[in-house]
Amino acid sequence: MGLKGLTLNQKRTVWAWATLAVPLLFFVIVRMFPALYAMKLSLYDWQFLNDTQPFVGLEHYKTLFQDEVFWKSLKNTFIYVVVGVPAQIAVGISIALLIQKVNKFQGLYRMLYFIPYVTSSVAVAWVWRWIMQEHGGLFNQILMSFGIPAQKLLGSPSQAIYVIIASIVWQGMGFSMVIFLAGLEGIPQTFYEAAEIDGANGWHRFWKITWPLLNPTIVFSALTGTIRYLQVFTEVLNMSSQGQGGPLNSTKSLVLFIYQEAFKSLNLSYASAATAVLFVIILVLTVVQNKVITKKFEY
Amino acid sequence: MNRVPLSQRLGQAAIYIGLLVGAAITIFPFLWMLSTAFKPGADVYSMKLIPENITLENFKAIFDQTPFARWYMNSVIVASLTTLSVCFFDPLVGYILAKVKFKGRDVIFFAILSSIMIPTEMLVIPWYIGAVKLSIEDTYLGIMFPGLITAFGIFLMRQFMESLPNDLMEAGRIDGLTEFGIFWKIAMPNVRPALAALAIFTFLGNWNAFLWPVIAITKPEMNTLPVGLSNFAYQNFNEYQLVMAGATMAVLPVLIVFAIFQKQIIKGITLTGIK
Amino acid sequence: MKKRFAAMLAAVLALSVVLAGCGGSKETKTETTEPAKTETTQPASSEKVTIEYWQYDYKSKTELVNQLIKEFQTANPNITINHVVFPYEQYNEKVAAAVSAGKGPDVINLYYGWLPKYVDSGYLQPLPEDAFPAATIEKEFFPVVKAGQMDGKYYVLPTAVRTLAMLYNVDLFKAANIAEPPKTWDELVDQAKKLTKRDANGQLEQVGFYFNVGGQGHNWFREVLIRQAGGQPQSADYKKIAWSTPEGLKAFKWWVELQTVHKVGEIGFMTDDVTAFKNGKAAMDVDGSFRLGNLKDVPFEFRSAPLPVGPDGKQYTMASFWANGLTKKAQGAQKEAAIKWMKFLTQPDTMERWTKAIGELPARPEVAEKFKDDPKMAGFIQGLPYANATFFVDEVKDRDALTVAVDEVILNGKSTDEALKEAEAKVQKLFDDYWSKRK
Repeated sequence: MGLKGLTLNQKRTVWAWATLAVPLLFFVIVRMFPALYAMKLSLYDWQFLNDTQPFVGLEHYKTLFQDEVFWKSLKNTFIYVVVGVPAQIAVGISIALLIQKVNKFQGLYRMLYFIPYVTSSVAVAWVWRWIMQEHGGLFNQILMSFGIPAQKLLGSPSQAIYVIIASIVWQGMGFSMVIFLAGLEGIPQTFYEAAEIDGANGWHRFWKITWPLLNPTIVFSALTGTIRYLQVFTEVLNMSSQGQGGPLNSTKSLVLFIYQEAFKSLNLSYASAATAVLFVIILVLTVVQNKVITKKFEY
Repeated sequence: MNRVPLSQRLGQAAIYIGLLVGAAITIFPFLWMLSTAFKPGADVYSMKLIPENITLENFKAIFDQTPFARWYMNSVIVASLTTLSVCFFDPLVGYILAKVKFKGRDVIFFAILSSIMIPTEMLVIPWYIGAVKLSIEDTYLGIMFPGLITAFGIFLMRQFMESLPNDLMEAGRIDGLTEFGIFWKIAMPNVRPALAALAIFTFLGNWNAFLWPVIAITKPEMNTLPVGLSNFAYQNFNEYQLVMAGATMAVLPVLIVFAIFQKQIIKGITLTGIK
Repeated sequence: MKKRFAAMLAAVLALSVVLAGCGGSKETKTETTEPAKTETTQPASSEKVTIEYWQYDYKSKTELVNQLIKEFQTANPNITINHVVFPYEQYNEKVAAAVSAGKGPDVINLYYGWLPKYVDSGYLQPLPEDAFPAATIEKEFFPVVKAGQMDGKYYVLPTAVRTLAMLYNVDLFKAANIAEPPKTWDELVDQAKKLTKRDANGQLEQVGFYFNVGGQGHNWFREVLIRQAGGQPQSADYKKIAWSTPEGLKAFKWWVELQTVHKVGEIGFMTDDVTAFKNGKAAMDVDGSFRLGNLKDVPFEFRSAPLPVGPDGKQYTMASFWANGLTKKAQGAQKEAAIKWMKFLTQPDTMERWTKAIGELPARPEVAEKFKDDPKMAGFIQGLPYANATFFVDEVKDRDALTVAVDEVILNGKSTDEALKEAEAKVQKLFDDYWSKRK
């Protein structure tokens, strides 16, 4: 074997590349080629089913940037991210911490908080829409019992998006709880014990030990959460009237915009242009986020 | 150690109550879904959480009108096999990206991560073209292939592997283990919580997957649960008691998977520090 | 433990390779090409042909078509039909994916509103004149079938059509002492007011009329209300949108005022009109004949009535349809077989069975005659002779423009004239872009 002459490190590198070969090939074939195909479409004029696809260069992009619905969708998407991701993380950490603190019924609580995550989104949307009805819905009834007037909720262009975000955070609670439970488990108990001996109180312990050591988990949640919220689609489809992203396009996310252009208006190339733009946004945001919030630890 | 101060007891009680109230609010929509599943059609919009007339007719209707058992089986097969694949490949790649230093490592990581930045909606057409070329449409492999290795899982495992002390790996090398041996015998057991989480999410994600399966499947007998139920819901437009019954039946296996794996998240071996 | 896991993994991966080979069995209700068919002793000269027919999945429809295929294949032993059905909501995705992958039907069932896109992409071929002479079509089918034409040629022919009518809850009417559904705009408003109920907090409990834009509201406005006010939705050559004529503006104002002034209905009440009507919370609803299938088991009596007439005193309604067309894939022997199948699908006998089994209205007057006394269908059938189908370039965006316009008035207090003009400008642009591409 010609590998005998290599150093240990070199052998490791060879092994790493050899082992990575299969997964890398997988990603190139399954994800990158199709993505390039999808984005290549944006430079042509593929009207749904025709054979000939004239090259149109950046024309679709020009039209896109003049499309007010596109910009509205973009703005909405940012709201989804800026409100949803921190909320998701905060809720996840809180529940995970609380569950860790109790001595009994941990398993039961974990199960209960996980249940929304396993419930089908169609069922979730239906129940939420029902509870959030303007006339006779449970939420408004509770408000009115406190003397607050009934709200339009999903029928209001200013409130609807937040109602949908609430339902997404609610559904994702179990997910972030599980992730943070796993993360919390990785923090050695000895650190806490040492801190207690040093006289640190609960809040102190959280900020000086838990928060920094949870960093990898937080980075993971923030990055994947951002990527996920930037692509929010199913919930908006199920919770807005006719799946249109209304009222007045106030809930329409970028992916919903893409989906409608592609499969309802049958403008596949135009949708590809929007997809390419979305991809660039996600990529840039992810790289920036990663640099900003990752802290490396040496053990 | 036996005398717990009152303040601590109260604190514990407060947490219990808080969690309980939170849990009640959390599962309310789920309870509503359950309740609707047991209601006859006329009662769907009655505001009672506990149905006045509990009936099993919705579940019966689903069994009578649809090949539900077959959908179940298809989903179990697809979700299980995919989960196994993911739980093998993702940690492996995550380990390499976390613990093996080589040039271009970060670039590869980002390249892999970038693959989840394109929404699936736009990938289904090229996937279908590929599936047809390989004649795997309407097969289990055809349904599974896009999810066999996931960037999400790689990212998750990388994060957790990164926190493992390097000394652990060194100890393995000193013991003469191969790289793969270090991965399999040392790294993997130490990230059990994350692995359990990955298993749960992968199973659940594949159990509920819809966008690609609906395109990949044309033969009704290959339908997975979400595809079959969605079609069923459309055929029974607005019959929410049926839709909820279907959703209820779809939830059961996932809850079981979760119940099994969630203990792993906690039972995982915590690092006891080698220093 | 690790070894067992590894072994299990290996076994599983091997299993999945095996499973890759096995997928759905090839058996569906209709057989795919099988050279050795036992049922015929045909002379060798008649070649065996297989054609594919695609439509969206709806249980009663799928079952009827499977039955029809059996009969057709018995009558035409050399033709085999492969029946493929899709989920309705993913129709375009499936077609786009399949066609991109080189698969495709010979005969496809599609929504008439998609014709411009399907025809312009070259995917559909015109129906041959000799097999489907225009004169015969015009004589034997309802006039609305003309919407299956592009550039003067027929591309699709429907088996069944749908129209709009006024669904009304007879029990609620009786309780409010109203004998007959409204015949005019004014009667509609008056009756709806009597049928609207609110609770002590001002929350709606029952709406006299379900006001919406999504659903069928926008169709009612475009094809019916505008005409009733004396205008028309588009120019005869389909190039110019004519919503903002004084007549159109008047119709729009009357329409939106149902919610803003008369308060007899509200968008989004009980989520959608079907839910409200089914639960006896909406006394009247303008909806399509396809709704009858969803209302089979309601616990109250309801009927359909023709839409109320407007200022010009004439009857109008809107129709739409899904129809069968020939794709460019159908050539030679397949084309002939496809034509035979399409004829079979649109003959009177098929239509009658179709209506009985599925509840959609027949496209031929002679068949519609047989159903005109059914109290639930009556209102819909009455409209067939004078129904109009709107020409759509992009139905979703067209509807969306009107939804936004109405929402602007209701939520942001915009004037109805301004809101409608903005909507018209948007749709006009769609049309302009479309027509300029076709030069």
